[in-house]
Amino acid sequence: MPGKLKAKVVAGRHLPVMDRASDLTDAFVEVKFGTTTFKTDVCPKSLNPQWNSEWFKFEVDDEDLQDEPLQITVLDHDTYSANDAIGKVYIDIDPLLCSEAATVISGWFPIYDTIHGIRGEINVLVKVDLFNDLNRFRQSSCGVKFFCTTSIPRCFRAVLIHGFVEELVVNEDPEYQWIDRIRTPRASNEARQRLISLMSGELQRKIGLKVLEMGGNAVVGYLQCFDLEGESGLVVRAIGTACTLDKISSTYTAAIVQNLSNSSPSKDMKDSPQAVPSALGCRSTHSSPVHSASSRLSQGFSVSVPTLLFAGMKNRHRSSEGPRARQCRAGFGEEAPGVPLSSGPPTPLRAQTFSSFSPSKSYSRQSSSSDTELSLTPKTARICLSPSSPIHQCMGSGGSAGKEAGPLKALLRQQTQSALEQREFPFFTLTGFPPAFLLHVGGVVSARSVKLLDRIHNPALGNTRSYKLLDWNSFTADEPETRDAWWEELRQEIKSHAKALGCHAVVGYSESTSICEEVCILSASGTAAILSSRFVQDGALDTDHRLSRQQASVFTTGAEKGEGVMGSSASLGFEDVAPPACGFCHIPYDELNMPFPAQLTYCHCCRRHKVPDVLFTTIDVPTEANVTGKGCLIQARLCRTKKKGQGEGNATAISNLLPFLEYELHTQLLNKLKLRGMNALFGLRVQISVGDTMLLGLASATGVYLTALPSPGGIQIAGKTPNDITYEQHISNMQKKINDTIAKNKELYEINPPKLFTLDPDAFRSINTEFVEEVIGSPIPEPRQRSRLFRSHSESSDEVLELDLSHGKKDAFVLEIDDTDAIEDIHSLLTDAPTPPGFYSCNTEIMPGIYNWTSGLQMFTSVRVFRLSNANLTNQGLNKIFNDLCENLLKSLYFKLRSMVPCCLCHVNFIVAVPEDELIQVAVTAVAMSFDKDQSQENGRQSGDKTLMKAITENEEQLQFPLELSAESPSNPLSCAKGLSEVSGPLPSARAPSVDHSSFTDRCSSWIEQLRLKAHTIRRGSIKTMSSLEKASPVPEGRSRSLRSNRSCPGSSITVVKMTPLSFIPGAKIIKYLGIINMFFIRETTSLREEGGVSGFLHSFIAEVFAMVRAHVAALGGNAVVSYSMKECVFMENPNKNQAQCLINVSGDAVIFIRESELEATPSQTQSGNVQTSSNGEGT
Amino acid sequence: MSVELDVFVGNTTIMDKEVYQLWLNGYTVNDAVKVRMEGGVMEECEASAEVLLSDTMDQFRTFQMCERLLQNPAKLANQLLFQIPPDRQAMLIERYYAFADAFVREVLGKKLSKGTKKDLDDVSAKTGITLKSCRRQFDNFKRVFKVVEELKGPLVENIRQHFLLPDQLARDYAAIVFFANNRFETGKKKLQYLTFQDFAFCAGQLINNWTVGAVDNMVEDMDVDLDKEFLQDLKDLKILIADKDLLDQHKSLVCVALRGKTKVFNEMETNFKNLSRGLVNIAAKLTNPKDVRDFFIDLVEKFIEPCKSDRWTATDVNLYLTHYTNSAHILDSFKYQTVWTRYMGVIKSCILRMYHE
Repeated sequence: MPGKLKAKVVAGRHLPVMDRASDLTDAFVEVKFGTTTFKTDVCPKSLNPQWNSEWFKFEVDDEDLQDEPLQITVLDHDTYSANDAIGKVYIDIDPLLCSEAATVISGWFPIYDTIHGIRGEINVLVKVDLFNDLNRFRQSSCGVKFFCTTSIPRCFRAVLIHGFVEELVVNEDPEYQWIDRIRTPRASNEARQRLISLMSGELQRKIGLKVLEMGGNAVVGYLQCFDLEGESGLVVRAIGTACTLDKISSTYTAAIVQNLSNSSPSKDMKDSPQAVPSALGCRSTHSSPVHSASSRLSQGFSVSVPTLLFAGMKNRHRSSEGPRARQCRAGFGEEAPGVPLSSGPPTPLRAQTFSSFSPSKSYSRQSSSSDTELSLTPKTARICLSPSSPIHQCMGSGGSAGKEAGPLKALLRQQTQSALEQREFPFFTLTGFPPAFLLHVGGVVSARSVKLLDRIHNPALGNTRSYKLLDWNSFTADEPETRDAWWEELRQEIKSHAKALGCHAVVGYSESTSICEEVCILSASGTAAILSSRFVQDGALDTDHRLSRQQASVFTTGAEKGEGVMGSSASLGFEDVAPPACGFCHIPYDELNMPFPAQLTYCHCCRRHKVPDVLFTTIDVPTEANVTGKGCLIQARLCRTKKKGQGEGNATAISNLLPFLEYELHTQLLNKLKLRGMNALFGLRVQISVGDTMLLGLASATGVYLTALPSPGGIQIAGKTPNDITYEQHISNMQKKINDTIAKNKELYEINPPKLFTLDPDAFRSINTEFVEEVIGSPIPEPRQRSRLFRSHSESSDEVLELDLSHGKKDAFVLEIDDTDAIEDIHSLLTDAPTPPGFYSCNTEIMPGIYNWTSGLQMFTSVRVFRLSNANLTNQGLNKIFNDLCENLLKSLYFKLRSMVPCCLCHVNFIVAVPEDELIQVAVTAVAMSFDKDQSQENGRQSGDKTLMKAITENEEQLQFPLELSAESPSNPLSCAKGLSEVSGPLPSARAPSVDHSSFTDRCSSWIEQLRLKAHTIRRGSIKTMSSLEKASPVPEGRSRSLRSNRSCPGSSITVVKMTPLSFIPGAKIIKYLGIINMFFIRETTSLREEGGVSGFLHSFIAEVFAMVRAHVAALGGNAVVSYSMKECVFMENPNKNQAQCLINVSGDAVIFIRESELEATPSQTQSGNVQTSSNGEGT
Repeated sequence: MSVELDVFVGNTTIMDKEVYQLWLNGYTVNDAVKVRMEGGVMEECEASAEVLLSDTMDQFRTFQMCERLLQNPAKLANQLLFQIPPDRQAMLIERYYAFADAFVREVLGKKLSKGTKKDLDDVSAKTGITLKSCRRQFDNFKRVFKVVEELKGPLVENIRQHFLLPDQLARDYAAIVFFANNRFETGKKKLQYLTFQDFAFCAGQLINNWTVGAVDNMVEDMDVDLDKEFLQDLKDLKILIADKDLLDQHKSLVCVALRGKTKVFNEMETNFKNLSRGLVNIAAKLTNPKDVRDFFIDLVEKFIEPCKSDRWTATDVNLYLTHYTNSAHILDSFKYQTVWTRYMGVIKSCILRMYHE
């Protein structure tokens, strides 16, 4: 019951003319929430009505508050006929339910109509009075924060990362109801919009409940999708990562105290943000030096890495008897001259950070043994442990593991392991992680399954479609179960793949579907990884959050401890035990029992651990990674024709095609990667789209050269008809072309790893001399000198061989052009046009090797639909068309954005679809960010360091200052900042391998945060006077106003809202998250030609969507959307009827950011105005 | 095989100045692509014709969508659909309201009616400006005219505020509105040598001195219409030519002042009566709307042409008019000093501007 929603309708402007006679409108507004409706008076004959209504109050359950949107309908009063609707505004009030997010929604909202688009604007004020509900059986989850951002949001720090949460909600699609015949499309589209808004609210609430159950307070990496299954209904599903986040301010004081108590910048300070204050006391208790030795030992054990796509596909429509799994395993290795490179002096502190839990041999064995077949994988219900049990467990296993590692270490490792393994799905939707969280990366794991939609609905009903005649409600209960089961299968498969890679977790996890008529391909993919236990809670699903949190903190303390000890060893000269930057490249699985064939070499950074020759991942480039040169966007594109089919036959045909598609995509990716002289892929996203007559595959990733991995060799071309001279010549020509391209690319991407060892003396000292010689003398480790033990494969091992992606393995990267197919491949390989000068592109958050971003920012969406005029195309023909389509689209983007040069297209996200038989649709969303060319690369790093150092020195002087302030206003959520993880991301300098600055950074940031707060209030004050001058505007003083910067037009009341798919804004600091934006719109037209054809129609629709997103963000008081994405863009047309329809779903996080330059400008003011404050805070 | 749909939408609306100009000039997409190709963007950016076409189409579409807002520039700053930086907005507006001198000379002083609009194809053919561009310019004139027609306050200021135009452009529009309202004849052959800027200058003079607003600035229509009272008063000036004594006195005063100062003194002396009659007659007839329309023709025929045929220089004209004006003040029996000053001030600056050597 506990919530009072208040809404006030202030005014309207730019309304459309509804009365032709007078050229005016008699507008009034209906405000509806749930079943309650209020109306304003009619404001006669005005296009800019002033209603200035009373406060409409709704007393509602917080459950409803979460589910329902506030519906505002603007109508034209008509005395004689029915009132005409002008348009609607849906306001998601969820952001108001979090105490830390927005407090009021106030601003101009575009009035939207599905037929006419935006028709004027309405100014609305919304507030919520929420009473706290402590009922443990409550159905609401108010207060759980949601973030689309797939890393820990910038002004928070992660206390715990609980893990995977998922939920789905099903309903019938109003569009497909029988009633469709008697109502207009407009009515059904509006019903659809309303329903989806409701469903996503419900979904979010349910996920929130799960999070609360797990003891978390936030969902990070929240990914919500719609499956428009057509006749069979509408599925809204979401996945995310439950976390316990702490506003950076809350442990601030403790951290400062700690900082002050440590005279030297030691490890502890760095770790402190991760430790809850209570943990600090525990640290000092264990300090036996034994641990350091043992952890070093265990480092030695940590083994090799693969780089593989590890995929499985299933065809599990109902007829097939049980799951038939196909799995592709692949190993791509090659002999490459190991180019030694040191990443600069390894910083002791970093080393310690990293070292905590490298998998020991015993662990690897265990994991490979746990590489069970699907059926064996326990479909666990969550295991509920009593609060004390984990501890016992750890103790027991700690003893057994003691031989390899110190008891504590083992205990901790065991803890991580068990914590993660006890979980049903140890999945994380995150792609960026707090430092030292990601220990090792195994490779990409993916699984797909093909489903038939209408049959699976309710097994009880058999194959009939008659369910539609029955009461729908009797089905909705079963419905989510079925869908849940589908995804469950897929996730189990992913989990087992990860285990096979010796990994206990999957990161960068995502799920997607492609639907064509009744066939649906479900896909899931992620990156197998080993994580540090630092942020991971034990598996106990205790309702007593406090208790479980306590336990966790004990373990955290343990981890701290281990590292604290390492810190001491560092001072003894062991600091190079594990160079920080390369750790994640080291293989997590057992070298002697590899899950797939791969070539391992010693890591080129630390030279101690094995690394694979190529690494594929779905995550972002870890901040600590050492990357040589710059990266680039790499895409594999593929089209496969398919016969038209129906039902099961169709599904079978598709599932038969899938493995080949995936295999070829993978080969193409690998070849393109080699062609660019790179050795790792990040942010890999493989999309398979199904149409009636074809399958489209698009794999996008960012290629980089990881310094730790061996340099890739060239590509060799071999022909199979050796005696033909002209043929030989042809081949050698081609070979030359390829070699030239590789050379050119290396130059373009600045890939020139130093040829000589330049390890710093410390690192050198510790390396076994013999080993060094080996590396120098023969940088190419003999690939086959190691015995490769294939993972025993109980399930259809023949299939594995058939689909072994490592076919080219024996002659690494030899392309055999014995048929036209291969020639085609090579051609396509070479036709990928290089990016024009001044441009870079990637699909990850940022481009490795570029550090000095300017504030130039341009987010865009581009959509193209291509019609294939000839239906009887060959695969090659289709491939070429598809390839050209993507290439041309990219070229167009480069041309469009040429004024931003030098610039980088970041987070380039392609969505491909086959909307109709002969149509291919490609939608791209990305952000172009310009950077400063003058100080690129190394210089950038240095300057970054310099500014940081400068900040540090400044900070040393100012250290008193934040302390005092924080004492003065400890309750203010904005008051201060603390936390390395959050800080390290946005600062370019964080990429520099040195970490000892981080402790300073903490302090800097806290100080900066303080100033920012101050700046904010100051600005607000000054604007207030300004806005009072604007008498004409009825907008009440709101935060949006206070943020209105001088950038906006003097006469304009529009806040400039930046949008970006990235989680940060270069050159700016995000100071507050205001809530998630998740919007769904449908637009239709019956006068397509008049609106400028399909292009004109979609153009204005996308512009309208942007406008509505911006308006909602501004109303929340924000000035940017981060992690923006367009999840869905379904476009349908019927040119003959002059009709078209489009449906778009977008999401992102609304934030307030402040320019760093503005911050710099404020300190003097703040300080001068702050004398009083400091005197108050003296007591701290 | 064809691209069915091709859209690019940026959070900040991307607009290329060059393409905007092509759009404003009324080019078709294909013509614009041709122009751009010749301009060399392709080589600059390694683009293909396809890319150029796609970009041009896209931008043309954007402009078309913006056009509605540009017609009401105040809305452009307040709308939510396009996020355009303020400097860009100003550029868009300024260029949208810019007009070609060649075009404006054709319609200056004409009634901004449908009939005139129908004749725009002739104008287009004559000036080489595309019909589309002609229509935009014509509609701009008409729109500005309609809005300011009903507003109180200074004309230029109204235009500047309503259409967010830079000062110079606002002045030009004020001139256009003023000419259209008073239907001044500008198209006659004898006036062909005058540029729009000449007329705009004269309009400025008239607006600042001869309208109601010049005296009282809170009257409706004050800047668009000439001050009727003033026009009535001008009839009184007739005495300067009707009274023979006064005319001779005036002449001798002027001649005394001019003697030895100019080479064309003799011509001045002989022509004095003619010229003076011309100018005073113009003044006396201005109550008649028909004669208002012919104001500029009369100036040319009655003053400028005779001077030209006698090869006066601009300095001569200036000298003559200065003394001609001043001498009248010394005439004892001449009582209409204020009217005379108000009249001659404008006449002098107009003639000087229109006197092309």
